[in-house]
Amino acid sequence: MKKNFLFFNFIFILSIFIISCSKDTSEVINYNEEYKNIFGGSLINAMAGEPSNLIAMIAGDSASSAIAGNIFNSLIKYDENLNYAPDLAESWAISNNQKTITFKLKKGLQWADGNPLTSADVLFTWKLITNPDTRTPYASDYQLVKKASAPDPLTFKITYETSYAPALDTWSSLHILPKHILKDEDINNTFFSRKPTGSSYYKLDDWISGQQVSLKANEKSVLGSPLIEKLISRIIPDTSSQFLELTADNIDVMNINPIQYQRVFPARKDLQQKVALYKELGNGYTYLGFNLKKPPFNDIRVRQALNYAIDKDEVIKGVLLGLGESISSPYKPGTRWNNPNLSPYPYNPSKALELLQEAGFKKNNDGILMKNGKPLKFEIITNQNKQREMTAVVIQKRLQEIGVDVSIRVIEWASFVNRFIKTGDFDVVVLGWSLSLDPDQYNIWHSSQQGPGQFNFLGYSNKNVDRLLELGRKELNVSKREEIYHKFSKYLLEDSPIIYLYAGYGLSAVHKRVKGIKNPAPPAGIYHNNYDWFLPKPLRRNEISAR
Amino acid sequence: MLIGISLVSFFIMHLAPGDVTSSEASFNPKASEESRQKLRELYNLDKPVIIQYGLWVKRIAQLDFGNSFASHQKPVLWERTDKSGNVTKGLIQESLPITLMINLLGICIIFSISIFLGTLSAVRQNTWVDRSITLFVFIGFAIPGFWLALLLMYWTGVSNQWLPISGLHSLGYQNLSNFDQFIDLLKHLILPVSISSLSGLAGISLYVRNGMLDILHQDFITTARSKGLKESKVVFIHALKNAILPLITIVGLSIPGLIGGSVIAESIFAIPGMGKLFYDSVLMRDFPVIMGILTIGSFLTLIGNLLADIGYAWADPRVRKGLVK
Repeated sequence: MKKNFLFFNFIFILSIFIISCSKDTSEVINYNEEYKNIFGGSLINAMAGEPSNLIAMIAGDSASSAIAGNIFNSLIKYDENLNYAPDLAESWAISNNQKTITFKLKKGLQWADGNPLTSADVLFTWKLITNPDTRTPYASDYQLVKKASAPDPLTFKITYETSYAPALDTWSSLHILPKHILKDEDINNTFFSRKPTGSSYYKLDDWISGQQVSLKANEKSVLGSPLIEKLISRIIPDTSSQFLELTADNIDVMNINPIQYQRVFPARKDLQQKVALYKELGNGYTYLGFNLKKPPFNDIRVRQALNYAIDKDEVIKGVLLGLGESISSPYKPGTRWNNPNLSPYPYNPSKALELLQEAGFKKNNDGILMKNGKPLKFEIITNQNKQREMTAVVIQKRLQEIGVDVSIRVIEWASFVNRFIKTGDFDVVVLGWSLSLDPDQYNIWHSSQQGPGQFNFLGYSNKNVDRLLELGRKELNVSKREEIYHKFSKYLLEDSPIIYLYAGYGLSAVHKRVKGIKNPAPPAGIYHNNYDWFLPKPLRRNEISAR
Repeated sequence: MLIGISLVSFFIMHLAPGDVTSSEASFNPKASEESRQKLRELYNLDKPVIIQYGLWVKRIAQLDFGNSFASHQKPVLWERTDKSGNVTKGLIQESLPITLMINLLGICIIFSISIFLGTLSAVRQNTWVDRSITLFVFIGFAIPGFWLALLLMYWTGVSNQWLPISGLHSLGYQNLSNFDQFIDLLKHLILPVSISSLSGLAGISLYVRNGMLDILHQDFITTARSKGLKESKVVFIHALKNAILPLITIVGLSIPGLIGGSVIAESIFAIPGMGKLFYDSVLMRDFPVIMGILTIGSFLTLIGNLLADIGYAWADPRVRKGLVK
């Protein structure tokens, strides 16, 4: 008996070394036929982290907002072209002095438990988020509302002290919560965060801690019924495992990385047959930021020189395998806020050297740039993020070529923020910001936002920019606002407090059994209409055998 | 002892820069510094470390491990029921059974296979059997677990579809009968348990092998053989019993290891165990959870040492006699 076992073990180990790429011989299904849309089926996607709390105003992590977004509605939302569209509110009106906004709710709204959803719930939600006892990081935007009222069940009216342009954006991200359930609950610590009742297309079906969260269609949804009956999110932290699950047909949707998109998929015919790839412009950009309080970075010529010395296309090619775009303003290319007349600094090392010489740097015998006996030498710090690390390496090489001595240091996030960012004890960082939908960048670039823990940690200060940012916050007229932020982007590019490196694409792999996905992706991304996705009956997974 | 351990770990933990408000998600221009400061005050993170430690000891004295700092606010150790009867399970309560199950299975497998392999290679010392066993256990020890795991996942899960790839349960698990649920769980555990056992084989089997070799050359074995006992009896009854005595210590010392999971294995196999819980709480600076796990770990280490001593006394008359004297 024991000897048999030993023998078995030997075979077992030996066979590992001779794994052959045996091909699956299952029947070929044609996924490319036309199918009629039909209700039913389950869509399984993989997420790397577990949602923490489905009350979005408290949670703050992306996994939570992804799930909560399917359960809750806001007053308004962004449509596929990133314009405002009705969600719970049927219409909204801005008063002439631009200080009051009146939302009219749709008629007959109700919660998933059948109770009516009225403006009282909206008022309750606003009171909740502005309550000092609520542990939300997002209160400040809503505290600007001087007066909020619900004169009748369908009307919600807010008045700001001064006109506040990002107002509509803030109301598009605030999930409305049910008053009748939460009025006696402690919002910071309530069962509701794991057993929510919402109003949107889906409601929570089942949540197995650490393993999966499943949602099912909410038949009381006022927005109509989604086509897919169940959305199951499996929590698989490791992306290679996610990829194996996708290959084995056990999940339908996952986010993939550039290597999988550019290298693995083209080489795998079997995968191409059943999985479709989508790319859309992601929500963030990566930059190289200077500590503007430290010499030599307080000299605009040095910053511009380094901008000329970095080949952004090379970074995009090397780090993202070409799956990204270079940008010249902190807004999504193609949207109204992006100034089309701006273009990134081209790669021009001789121009860079010229500017550095102007700034007083001279090459010594070893080819290192020197000024007043000191070499041009600095450290790039970044957090543990593979793409950022690789970016720093590419930059290091280019800068060394023109005689700049660059070293790289990679630090764990919490230490990074507390030890370096908050104290201002750094030379250069590689980090990312989001490409926000509202153009307001006051918190990042206004000179008043430089205190410890605030977000202008680079120490940028430009009077013109300050003025534009203040103006832009008050101006609700879209075309005037556009003009303001186009000017702002121009100053920012000229001053070069940061070097825009790239805005990467969001890459998704979706099984071809899922139909109704818009391709090419609209500006809002492929997921914005996931209630229109459907699973044709013949293509559905046999759920009993699904592993 | 426990106080010493907790004091040291509490201070080391607070030496690391950052706290729960400095997570990557909170580095968001929409989140204001005032709200982070409010959170710090709420969790007493603005107080000196020694006062925070005092508060922690005060709670722990009533066996209250507190709530996680994460936004879900789950209790660290055990479930809590609110006034309307909704149960929130504790973090350790959820993760510990899974990790315990995997590690117990792993230890059983490691010990049974290693004792057998060790004995075999001692009896067949310096033959090809001995050499190939040694080679095998060392390959198992040296091979990177995550790499082997991914290969095996591909082989058994993708190209052959024999075993599930990751997770603990299949979809539709709730609809299965109890027996099928058990089989389903076992199927999910085969890979993680065998991968984690493979690396443990080397140490223990060499322990057994060397112990056996020592014993086999002793006089009482020669006596037993000359009495005309069968060789199998000599090896398995007389020699093995003595050779595995030192293993008692190892078993005792591995008790605290029972509650620790491997972050890498748990991430790859998507198993929500203790390793991932601890790792995530360190990255988040979720102090109550870190302290909860460390306290339980150090408590178990002490218990393990005690059990090892007791086990020794029980198994070895010489130790027992020594105690009485």
